[in-house]
Amino acid sequence: MFREAVIDGLWKQNPGTIQLLGLCPTLAITTSVVNGLSLGLATMFVMIIANSSISPIRKFVPDEVRVPIFILVIAALVTVVDLSIHAFAEPLYKALGIFIPLIVTNCIVLARVESFASKNPTLPSFYDGLFMGLGLCFVLIILGGMREFLGQGTLFSGFDLIFGQSLSGISINFFDQYSGFLLAILPPGAFLGLALLIALVNWIDQKN
Amino acid sequence: MNDFIKKNKIVGRTVLVMIIFGVIFSTILEFVYTKANPIIIKSEAEAKERLLLQVISKDIYNNDLINSFIKIKPNKKLKNKEAIKGYIAKNNNKVTAVILETRAPDGYSGEIKILVGIDTKGYILGTRVVKHQETPGLGDYIDITKSDWINIFTYSSLENTKKLEWAVQKDQGKFDYVSGATITARAVVNAINESLNFFKENKLKMGIDV
Repeated sequence: MFREAVIDGLWKQNPGTIQLLGLCPTLAITTSVVNGLSLGLATMFVMIIANSSISPIRKFVPDEVRVPIFILVIAALVTVVDLSIHAFAEPLYKALGIFIPLIVTNCIVLARVESFASKNPTLPSFYDGLFMGLGLCFVLIILGGMREFLGQGTLFSGFDLIFGQSLSGISINFFDQYSGFLLAILPPGAFLGLALLIALVNWIDQKN
Repeated sequence: MNDFIKKNKIVGRTVLVMIIFGVIFSTILEFVYTKANPIIIKSEAEAKERLLLQVISKDIYNNDLINSFIKIKPNKKLKNKEAIKGYIAKNNNKVTAVILETRAPDGYSGEIKILVGIDTKGYILGTRVVKHQETPGLGDYIDITKSDWINIFTYSSLENTKKLEWAVQKDQGKFDYVSGATITARAVVNAINESLNFFKENKLKMGIDV
């Protein structure tokens, strides 16, 4: 059960490269590693809590109105996350902006609740939320890394702004005089980057 | 009749469940909101003061800057569409600087919002672009996180820079720009010049009578 959740979430059913759900934030926010990581963590948090809070109450939810109720729970959770980030991590709130409230409309959250948590016990649902979220988080980080490296010639820049001054040394600058590869930062770079990532995943799958 | 009751039972049950869920989660939200809101207001005020501190230095004032402002009605110079705040820095109740927010509507892609700190004699203490949508990697050099271009305005005034000099070098002006993104620089230079013009006309209202 645990093994299955890990393999499904991280590889076989990865939300970012296989299920291709919730692409809007995936494409929009991944201009740098730190942005990808931040939104990935926020989404993962929502997925874990949504899955593990809906699973125990699944028997009380009438079938006819399950989707509105799931959305209600998810929206409440996202609002809590939104308020907490705004209160405790102002720079993060600035960086992610509208994409935090938009987690509500991220299909992947509702999809996991509807297709997994509403049919399974709490612990497997928790694992499912955790590893699906982690899988998405990885994709966002890798895509953000690709775009940041090509677009700005850096990796991990801006970590200190969001996760505290102590991390200011983590930023790597690869080139001294790099004028930037604009395409990678602009939206087309997101599409191309994701396409390359999916191609890579498919290639590895085919080889096995 | 039996059918009617049966149907209504389902409706009643779903309505009841939805109400219960609604009440539970709105209570949770209410609780989180009352806890988070004071912190949000505080951290927003801090962020705002940090922003204002980018254009003037901390040692020239000792008043509560965030709450020391005048309302500025929409006007053609600052190009604000709604009333905005002009912050007034005071040291021992004597005005030492003002911070104006000015807009360049003619950026390459949309409006550019700029904060300008001006001392009582009309010299620029500092400027920062606070909001823009210029092309990343091209026009975004006006942003302090990308380059320190915006600092070329420091210590400029209407006196030491003549009217015609308030332009980019391409237009025989005084200010440097990055070729390929002239429109952006032109818009910023213009907006900053206008903010000084506004200051000159309205400094009496801000408590400056030099």
